[in-house]
Amino acid sequence: MTAVRTAGPRAGLDVPAPAEPPRPRAGRRGWAIRIASPLAAAGLWQLLTVTDARIWLRFDRLPSLDEIAAEFAAQLATRVYYLDLLQSLIRILTGFGIAAVAGVTVGVLIGRSRRAGDVLTPLLEAVRPIPAIALVPIAILLFPTDEQGIVFITCTAAFFPIMVSTRHAVRALPTLWEDAVRTLGGTRRHVLVNVVLPGVLPGVFGGLSIGMGVSWICVISAEMISGDFGVGYRTWQAYTLVDYPATVVGMITIGALGWLTSALIELVGRRATRWLPRAAKEGRA
Amino acid sequence: MTTATTAAAAGLRLTLERVTLGYGRGGVLRDVDLEIEPGEILTVVGSSGSGKSTLLRGLAGLLPPYRGRILADGAEVTGPSPDRAMIFQEDGLLPWRTVLRNVELPLAIRKVPRDERRRAAREWIARVGLAGSEDRLPRELSGGMRQRVQLARALAAAPRAVLMDEPFGALDAQTRAEMQRLLLDVLRDTSATVVFVTHDVDEALLLGHRIAVITPAGVRVLAEATRERIVKEL
Repeated sequence: MTAVRTAGPRAGLDVPAPAEPPRPRAGRRGWAIRIASPLAAAGLWQLLTVTDARIWLRFDRLPSLDEIAAEFAAQLATRVYYLDLLQSLIRILTGFGIAAVAGVTVGVLIGRSRRAGDVLTPLLEAVRPIPAIALVPIAILLFPTDEQGIVFITCTAAFFPIMVSTRHAVRALPTLWEDAVRTLGGTRRHVLVNVVLPGVLPGVFGGLSIGMGVSWICVISAEMISGDFGVGYRTWQAYTLVDYPATVVGMITIGALGWLTSALIELVGRRATRWLPRAAKEGRA
Repeated sequence: MTTATTAAAAGLRLTLERVTLGYGRGGVLRDVDLEIEPGEILTVVGSSGSGKSTLLRGLAGLLPPYRGRILADGAEVTGPSPDRAMIFQEDGLLPWRTVLRNVELPLAIRKVPRDERRRAAREWIARVGLAGSEDRLPRELSGGMRQRVQLARALAAAPRAVLMDEPFGALDAQTRAEMQRLLLDVLRDTSATVVFVTHDVDEALLLGHRIAVITPAGVRVLAEATRERIVKEL
């Protein structure tokens, strides 16, 4: 027939994409720098606080590292430290958990259904610009207990970034996958489960990361305003009692919790989106 | 040429009756009449932008016609159906599913029990020469391998028509030749009707029982197609 038949042996140019090249690891030098940088910052802090430096910025009332370390050790031995920690974690996980479910649901709904978009978008866009922490009066009036109010504020704060990034991810989804599933006999439900939900995950995890960040901001702020437990409450109380080392211990605790929860989301996100082409880009012909 | 049999999985007869298809107002294809016989391989040649993909999307039920009717065995096409599987030029696989789970998908949609669909999917994967790659993700495969998976996925659920949208268009010449052989080999065992769209005249001649040419003037089936005649029509 035609010349195509004369094609050579099958080894050919059609080689599979090469395995992902190993990510460049931070060498020994890289690690040395990573450790040295926070140490240098800590050293500077120590220098400024021990010498009671007043160079326009006033370091004379800030606690030095040894004071902070002593306070930290003392607090780690108390029950109340862990109770506060647990209380804040319960609040944030409840608020964030509700926000994650609601945000993804509403985001998908608005992204997939024009009718739902018409009904919900004006409402949501009217509330979105209000900083969640400005909802404190509403929360106090609305909910019987402070506890529920704090969870409400945390939830509202995390809801919007999650909802918005889900909505964008739904709209950015290539229609090709949906067409493929539909020509295989898939219904709307099949498309939702097999295409939309897995396909939006990369975008959703972006929203979850941001949502977790603002959740912490709001749970701590809300605890500082109203609450009788929690890391935020304890930190503010320490400040009003002029216990500056304890204030800094509170801040370090908040930082560590925020970092841990973000890292957790990052980890889960990477596992859930392992299929992304990321470093394997050059594998494309 | 293959003729229709009375078997349950016999190929579909696809008919276009004065169909106008397209996006936007004008429509890319106007007043197309076309009869695709059960079990035949019809290749459709046309330059890019001539409406080849539009025609396939119409046949698949993904794009409703403005005017006219598209019929599958006499019944009007109102939406996609597993009877009419489609193979896309590239990236039609779900990237988060492994090869095995991609091929299983149409069977899972049809609620085939797990063991059975796993077995059928493995069989098809071996059939297209990818045994051993069941657990790899699409991004770990070359373009040719991905098209093999698409082929296996499309055929796994025994469709009565297979619509192929330049499936080998993005492949290098050698891989393309391999894929053409594989396709002919695989299709020999099915009686499905095949509509294969391409811009490559040689590919159309090699694969098609009949060849249709899309030109600005319309869609024409060439009875005695030769390379020269097709090129002249285009």
